[in-house]
Amino acid sequence: MSRAASPIAELLGVSKSFGSAPAVQEVSFAIARGEFFSLLGPSGCGKTTTLRLLAGLETPDAGDIRLGGASALLLRPYERRLGMVFQNYALFPHLTVERNVGFGLERRRVPAAEAARRVAEALTLVRLDPGEFGRRRPAQLSGGQRQRVALARALVLEPELLLLDEPLGAIDEKLRRDMQLELRQLHRTLGVTFVYVTHDQDEALTMSDRIAVMDGGRIAQLGTPAEIYERPRTEFVATFIGESNLFPGEGARQVSVRPERMSIAPEGGTLPAGHTARAGTVEEVIYQGEMLRVLVRIAPAHRCTVALRNDGSLPRPLPWSSGAPVQVGWDPADARLLEAG
Amino acid sequence: MSLRRRILAAFARRPALGAWGLLLPGGAWLLVFFALPMMLMLGVSLMPRGTYGGVEPGFTLEHYRRFLDPVYLQVLWRTVLWAAITTAICLLVGYPLAWAIAASRKHRAFLLFLVVLPFWTSFLVRTFAMIFLLRDTGLINSVLLGLGMIEEPVALLYTPFAVLTGLVYGFLPLMVLPIYASLEKLDPAMLEAAEMLGARPVARFVRVALPLSLPGVIAGMILVFVPSMGSFLTADLLGGAKQVMIGNLVQNQFTSARNWPFGAAASFAVMAVVLVAVWLSLRIRDRESLETGR
Amino acid sequence: MRPAPRWVLLIAGAGYVFLHLPVLVLVVFSFNASRYSVSWTGFTLDWYRALAGRADLWRGLRASLIVGTLSTVAAAGLGTLIALGLARGRFRGRRGIEGLLTLPLVTPEVVTGISLLLLFALVGIPLGLTTITIAHIAFNIAFVAVVVRARLAGMDRSLEEAALTLGADELTAFRTVTLPALWPGIAAGALLAFIMSFDDYVITSLVAGPGSSTLPVVVYGMARRNVEPTINAISTVILLGTSVLIYLADRVVARAEGLKQPGRIASGLRPSR
Repeated sequence: MSRAASPIAELLGVSKSFGSAPAVQEVSFAIARGEFFSLLGPSGCGKTTTLRLLAGLETPDAGDIRLGGASALLLRPYERRLGMVFQNYALFPHLTVERNVGFGLERRRVPAAEAARRVAEALTLVRLDPGEFGRRRPAQLSGGQRQRVALARALVLEPELLLLDEPLGAIDEKLRRDMQLELRQLHRTLGVTFVYVTHDQDEALTMSDRIAVMDGGRIAQLGTPAEIYERPRTEFVATFIGESNLFPGEGARQVSVRPERMSIAPEGGTLPAGHTARAGTVEEVIYQGEMLRVLVRIAPAHRCTVALRNDGSLPRPLPWSSGAPVQVGWDPADARLLEAG
Repeated sequence: MSLRRRILAAFARRPALGAWGLLLPGGAWLLVFFALPMMLMLGVSLMPRGTYGGVEPGFTLEHYRRFLDPVYLQVLWRTVLWAAITTAICLLVGYPLAWAIAASRKHRAFLLFLVVLPFWTSFLVRTFAMIFLLRDTGLINSVLLGLGMIEEPVALLYTPFAVLTGLVYGFLPLMVLPIYASLEKLDPAMLEAAEMLGARPVARFVRVALPLSLPGVIAGMILVFVPSMGSFLTADLLGGAKQVMIGNLVQNQFTSARNWPFGAAASFAVMAVVLVAVWLSLRIRDRESLETGR
Repeated sequence: MRPAPRWVLLIAGAGYVFLHLPVLVLVVFSFNASRYSVSWTGFTLDWYRALAGRADLWRGLRASLIVGTLSTVAAAGLGTLIALGLARGRFRGRRGIEGLLTLPLVTPEVVTGISLLLLFALVGIPLGLTTITIAHIAFNIAFVAVVVRARLAGMDRSLEEAALTLGADELTAFRTVTLPALWPGIAAGALLAFIMSFDDYVITSLVAGPGSSTLPVVVYGMARRNVEPTINAISTVILLGTSVLIYLADRVVARAEGLKQPGRIASGLRPSR
């Protein structure tokens, strides 16, 4: 296999427990060179542990970890030549920004002049002015600025693989969206492989080339954002990523239909041809600006959501309101059959 | 791989090994110069007394039996009582002190410093200061005489009062610091929530602040009770010959009374009391913290 | 927190007075010309001049400084290692070590002293500065370990991990990241150890030989014999000495943490954030 095609990192049947609690169970996947690969899941699903196993900060109880085609099990973190951005940034409080970023270069005994140049370049890359920020201490920086310094510190060493552990977790909403795009741009410009851990599914969908959805220490599904969203394999994936309406399917299996694929018609009206139909009562109409969400109860214990675009094509006033009888339906082709269990 | 890397990798694979390596030097010193002497003392306490106060080979429980004599039990009881009173007074004075510091905004560091300063001051010097105040020609008596409130000096020194005052004076800072630490962590929103639910100041204190500061209170009580039990200097300099605490009794056996085994037995008696008290307090604290989640 | 009620502040104020008045009085009267009575007869430095002439005090000071420095250095090193070992590893026998560490803290000084006396008598080590130093190291290790451990507990592990991912091996990570953040705690522990050692009477008196008295032992002898203002004077000098030491250490620690508040040394037990 040519070097370009071989995966830059692989996990093969990796398991790790802490005491009697299993954190990662027989996880296997390969990360392609240059891709933006995300580990997504709720807290406790094992995504951070998986990242730390890749970094060498934890050792697996079973399985193999390969970097660049060779087993990395015996390699300590400082022998693995990868970069890592920690959740709380882990900037050294007693060092200036310059010395923080230059820390790895110092360890490699890079000559001072060259190191200074590379530090300045790295800071510029993350949109921090070296002149203004170089001499500051981490305590004097805002959360967003610290995050950039942490990024610069890892990138200045020109790693082939960059690990990021929920780097945007502590940043507020508005700034987070901007930073997500910035990270994506960085990824494209540098061509470095990113492995990104997050619990925010919007974030994962926005930024990733491929996503590994994790639950209870195992990988529930691995695929591109489109694959994961449009063809979820399990109930967990269907409900964790976006919203899902679940209906009984074949045998013990369920089908999942996305709210935006549902159709709705008032009683007496017609649904599009070929749609499977269900009768129900409107419970709530939620106005969300861009979207309109209609919550319809179709059985005592079963409620589904219909999402409609607020694009001006909706009849005003809306032909239903709370308590109104309606029909909901979907194109059978949009119903995804989920795995049993 | 260089030698250094190889060693580090070996330690990295067996973290327990690295930990033991770090613990060995200090641990060895403590074993040899603390644990071992204790063992020796235990052995000595079980051996018959020799002619010059040392020991002879043999086994006997007579020293422990002798300790059960009312004369000596009284000393133990007096020590426990005084240690308990000291702890109580330190709590009554120390809690408000800690509270005042925790509630202060601008001068907190300075106020803390003022409490900690006596702790760093020589215990001997502080005891002298007490003597200077309390003795017949001391400041208190001179002031009272000068004001005409008394005709003769009141015997303040060499009384239980002097010893208790000395103990409280010596150990008060140790009560304040842990309570302050607990109160500092107290979220003011809890007290505000209690107020919104209709709790008046006393209720807010008894039902919210006190339980949540209990770990600090217990820690403070241990920190005062333990050294009070083992106190020697205070009773020695402030109490005179009559106010004897266990610490003085023990020291006496190893100097003038020349009865090492008995002194050793008495030591273990007092340590037993201290350990039981500490164990009980920690049980209470852990049970409370289990319930309050702190 | 809301300001404390008046009665609390009153008791707190009384507490502060109680804590500081006696020593202030002691210091003030070290300048009193009168030898026996407490009435102020005039300002004098005679008692201080008397100190200068006392060879036993100078010998005691010298002994205290030697023992203090040696035992502090040793205890700081050994205690820090213990704290690191406890904080870093997951291992069985941890309870035992922690027990061993709390033993010095719950044992009465008298008992510590006599048990060591027993050991020295049994093994045949002659009592002197050596035995005093050994004893001081023993109880100071526990103090340093507790202080450093508290400091370590508040430190962020991810800093070391970050260093590891940046190419530093474990020793280098310790040297460049952990130690700079840790050393104020070590300094605080060392200061505590020095002062405990310098001030110690009980244990020292039990394991000291006839010719090797430290300062507290000499001063205690003075108090036993007759009470005169020379004691006030030496007390004030000791007070001044330790205060200067604490102040200097506090400044050094504060500078290391980039802060200017006093009282940092007490909070040197916990990292500033």
